[in-house]
Amino acid sequence: MADDNDWTRPRAMAIPEEGYLTSSPGRYGPTFPKTPACHGFTIIAKIKPGAETEIREYGKTLETAVGKTPDVLAPLQLHYLRWVLFDIGADTYFMYQGIFDTDFDKYTEDAVALFSATGITTIFTKLEGFPEDWKTNAPAFIRFVRDHQQPSFLEYGEYPFVTAREIKKALRMREAFTSMLDESQ
Amino acid sequence: MTRPMPDGLELDDIQHFLVARTPALAARYEFLHFDSAAAGKTWLTGLIDKVGTATSVGTDSPDARWVTIAFTWNGLRAIGVDDASLATFPDEFRQGMAARAVMLGITGKAHPDTWDGGLASPELHAIVILFARDVPERERAERAHAQYLSDIGGIQRLSFLDLEALPPYREPREHFGYLDRLTHPTIEGGEAPTPGSVTAVKAGEFFLGYPDATGGTPPMPQPETLARNGSYLAYVRIQEHVGVFRDFLRANGGETREGQELIAAKMMGRWRSGAPLVLAPEVDDPALGSDLQRTNDFNYAKMDPHGYGCPVSAHIRRMNPRDTVDNVERHQLVRRGGTYGPFLPEDAPDDGVDRGIAAFMGCASLVRQFEFAMNVWANDPSFNGLENQRDPIAGTQDGTFDFTIPKRPVRQRLTGLPAFTTIRGGAYFFLPGIRAMRFLASTAAAAAA
Repeated sequence: MADDNDWTRPRAMAIPEEGYLTSSPGRYGPTFPKTPACHGFTIIAKIKPGAETEIREYGKTLETAVGKTPDVLAPLQLHYLRWVLFDIGADTYFMYQGIFDTDFDKYTEDAVALFSATGITTIFTKLEGFPEDWKTNAPAFIRFVRDHQQPSFLEYGEYPFVTAREIKKALRMREAFTSMLDESQ
Repeated sequence: MTRPMPDGLELDDIQHFLVARTPALAARYEFLHFDSAAAGKTWLTGLIDKVGTATSVGTDSPDARWVTIAFTWNGLRAIGVDDASLATFPDEFRQGMAARAVMLGITGKAHPDTWDGGLASPELHAIVILFARDVPERERAERAHAQYLSDIGGIQRLSFLDLEALPPYREPREHFGYLDRLTHPTIEGGEAPTPGSVTAVKAGEFFLGYPDATGGTPPMPQPETLARNGSYLAYVRIQEHVGVFRDFLRANGGETREGQELIAAKMMGRWRSGAPLVLAPEVDDPALGSDLQRTNDFNYAKMDPHGYGCPVSAHIRRMNPRDTVDNVERHQLVRRGGTYGPFLPEDAPDDGVDRGIAAFMGCASLVRQFEFAMNVWANDPSFNGLENQRDPIAGTQDGTFDFTIPKRPVRQRLTGLPAFTTIRGGAYFFLPGIRAMRFLASTAAAAAA
């Protein structure tokens, strides 16, 4: 739809309970839609008892990894990620929200490859029900992620459908343009 | 001369099909149905010894037995594999290609409802692939198989397809005229990749029971006897609309032959001679095209980042994006197959005869390798930052997608690409090892009885 490319017009999209507008089959199940807030997910799962400290320490591990290798997460084509821990009754839950530009299944496949290859293990190993053989069993990893995905019922984009690649390209052009103007002073 | 073979592979147990190409100029595929498990077992028992193994590949006396046998999931059930074992096969194989057609982009005129030959039917149980040096040898093999089927009974031939190389036979070409088989994946420890090709991958990317790119050995269907040394095959029969293709070149390439050839090259990423646009962006270089030491010696990210030579949406840049995507080694496919139908002479109007390519894509995971390549590389309209573009040759085209040729000062945009190809049939097969076939023919028989 040509309309989709109009980044100047903020858009909201209400999403039915099942998580998609029309059921379109993907490789691992129905595909979740691209919304004005791009592709994304909200994974919520209970953590293994006593794992909270380790999970919080993982924050530092990933900060260091990205500090050392800024493009370590590049394959995931991300905009933003958020990791949250919260309690419900006596249990602690983990919430992982991501906004990215590839489709849901490809994100997860790329994530398995990335976590296996870089040695940054996934914090998902601290979640209940996560498959032990995730490194060699991508389909099981993907099933876990899909089973714990909580689809949005509403998403909003101030600059809808714009990819991170396009945003970075625009910023690079602005930088080049500014420097050109500076040079011509 | 002996060709280096990957270490640790049980070559005497692996069907030769994915290990090496046979020097065949003709082939026949027969699509079969078993009336009963017993009939299937009888048929298989008599053929196992005719199946070529990988042991002799690359030696002075290569195996002359060019029979290959593979089963659908329904076929494994029909021959007596028990439910517990059947349930351990991956979802995509159990469902079959027809059930997953929409996701694969096999829609519209290609929809499985239009397929003939029983390919979309659960009645399809097995395929026997007969490769032959030439047409007379193929005819001999098919007569022998027909006699065998008639002798044992209980096996229905749902359909068949005859394949023949196209004239002038000096080199493999498909109906649009492009030189074929220039790239193929290699396995660690075996034949070295040609300069510039994707690095050799782990054996487990193609054969079950071996470590893959994760470093570990992925879980296999059970029992191990059935799965080990096996592979999956995605079969597709792709009709090529040669008249539509040639008309398109004439309509968009201008008056001159050179202009039309350039459009053909831009859509493929190589000239019809095989010369890659990254290395020969302006003028064809046939010597480069067929020189395997040079024809893959290029990359995209550094040598042609914006696609001024090879457009980002060109067929070879989408189906083998080299250094422009991550995890390229996780999506490799071993391709086997050939052309069917008569060659349409240059300047002859399209005669409406069905012609094309009928090929097998071999892998260890259909969902991660074949389906990924179809779903993301061929058909994702926003692949690698593009907009509304699919693979012009292998993608699903219905007149609503474009093809952009980056050019200075302004790009050339071809809008509303017609379908140059249509998938006319397909299926998922499991290609078992030799031990697994003996298991299917005997042990499974006892289990099913």
